[in-house]
Amino acid sequence: MTDLVAALRTTRGIVTLVLLVLLAVLPLLTQAFDQRYLLSIGTRVLIWAIAAVSLNLILGYGGMVSFGHAVFFGTGGYAVGILAHHGIASGWIQWPVAIAASALWALVVGALSLRTRGLYFIMITLAFAQLLYYVGVGLEAYGADDGLNIGRSRFAGLIDLRDKASFYWLCLALLCATLWFCSRFANSRFGLVIRGAKSNELRMAALGFPVFRYRLAAFTISGAFGGLSGILMANEGAYISPAMMSWVKSGDLIVIVVLGGMGTLFGPLYGTIAFFLLEESLKPLLDLLRKGWGEYWQIVFGPMLVLIALYARGGIDSLMGRSRG
Amino acid sequence: MAEPLLSTDRLIKRFGGLVATDTVSIDVRPGEIHALIGPNGAGKTTLVSQLTGYLRPDSGTIRFAGRDITRLPMHARVRLGLARSFQITSVLREFTALDNVALAVQAHAGHSFRFLADARRDESLLGPARQGLADVGLAARADTPAAILSHGEQRQLEIAMALAGDPRLLLLDEPMAGMGAEESQRMIGFLRDLKSKRAMLLIEHDMDAVFQLADRITVLVYGRAIASGTPAEIRADPDVRQAYLGEEAA
Repeated sequence: MTDLVAALRTTRGIVTLVLLVLLAVLPLLTQAFDQRYLLSIGTRVLIWAIAAVSLNLILGYGGMVSFGHAVFFGTGGYAVGILAHHGIASGWIQWPVAIAASALWALVVGALSLRTRGLYFIMITLAFAQLLYYVGVGLEAYGADDGLNIGRSRFAGLIDLRDKASFYWLCLALLCATLWFCSRFANSRFGLVIRGAKSNELRMAALGFPVFRYRLAAFTISGAFGGLSGILMANEGAYISPAMMSWVKSGDLIVIVVLGGMGTLFGPLYGTIAFFLLEESLKPLLDLLRKGWGEYWQIVFGPMLVLIALYARGGIDSLMGRSRG
Repeated sequence: MAEPLLSTDRLIKRFGGLVATDTVSIDVRPGEIHALIGPNGAGKTTLVSQLTGYLRPDSGTIRFAGRDITRLPMHARVRLGLARSFQITSVLREFTALDNVALAVQAHAGHSFRFLADARRDESLLGPARQGLADVGLAARADTPAAILSHGEQRQLEIAMALAGDPRLLLLDEPMAGMGAEESQRMIGFLRDLKSKRAMLLIEHDMDAVFQLADRITVLVYGRAIASGTPAEIRADPDVRQAYLGEEAA
């Protein structure tokens, strides 16, 4: 409790609180101002934020630059979609299966890729993601390239995911749960091993830590949370397609984590909000300058990222002062 | 004679045509300091790397506490009680001094698959860690990030980390490297006090330190152990004088 009070005296604490309150009441605001479109963007922000937090576990805290994290949108989404397609609509079955499938995929990819370092690791994680992407493209039974319209997961009597506001709040609750886990993880014994191995892997081994095992476990946990975001993404649009796991999305996730602040608790959330705000505002702004320019918003976005990489290395989080270890 | 704690049997390591470790058989007995000396490039660090598990020998065996550990990975050897310090200071720079030692304590406190409890408030880790820092004289620097400790303090922190698991044998790879005379003397005193409790294999350039501390000395030249004996025997050995000590004097 004292921690919480102390946290609220900092800029970061206040910004985060305001942000969370705004997120919590967003459905009421969009309803009051009749802006349904904004609620849909808000939902996607929450889903992407869960994915970004899950990537941050390994990238930010563990220094494992996985360039295939969007694959878990796919594993989570396809597990839900395929089950739904075969008439298994219950979320109680779909969701655990989807999370288990994502964790299992992460376990396999991690076991094969975590023995490599640096650029090799980046390339191998990308290659595995591309592998599943092309499997998705090849799955004629499940729509191949065009994807598949699916029914939303059913939680009879508990929650109706077709209701936009309910679904939004569910996503928010799951994001908060993910952030809570991350906050505990960061200073747990496990988290300190992962962070220590990022700082100095050889030293950790010489202290007696079997580093590979811990990294593999972290990678698997990260995949499980990534799968959760995939489940939500499939339910958000009632649709799955290989595009969910394209490498561009994996790149976007890395950008989001770096933009928000690697290895910080709320950095991935800041990063996701900033990313979506920039995307949604740069397009109309550029269109205002000249019709059609909105298409090229990334020409402006790219240099902004370069500036952040050069001048704000801790990302958005670092703009709010130094964080506690 | 006491059963050796650590022993190597005809260890060989080649890098291409270079034989970096040439049929080396040495041992360390409980409670003794065995020093390994030799000119630069003699293969001291290569030998240590095989003992710690960083490199695998091409042939020969390494035994520790009655077990063949030749093929054991690094972390498993540490668990058996074979700790090391690094020649080039190797601490977790982003972490505080206390965090560094607490992690070393944690490494020996069962598995670390604990995801929720706050390890930074875990007295079962922090208590021994504070004690470890105090033992090496770093109590006042507990909350200082390791990166901004002085070089000498980082060396002390290294020792505190190596000692955290209460190892049976310490491999000290040039613990005095880069230290001033006063700091070196303090470290020598510290290691001497430690000697009764732990065996040590000491790799060191500082001849004063070696002759003050060692019970036995092995001289390594071009990967071969050319002599082994008490400090007095080594001092008197004509081969050693020519190959090594002579160079120092010149």
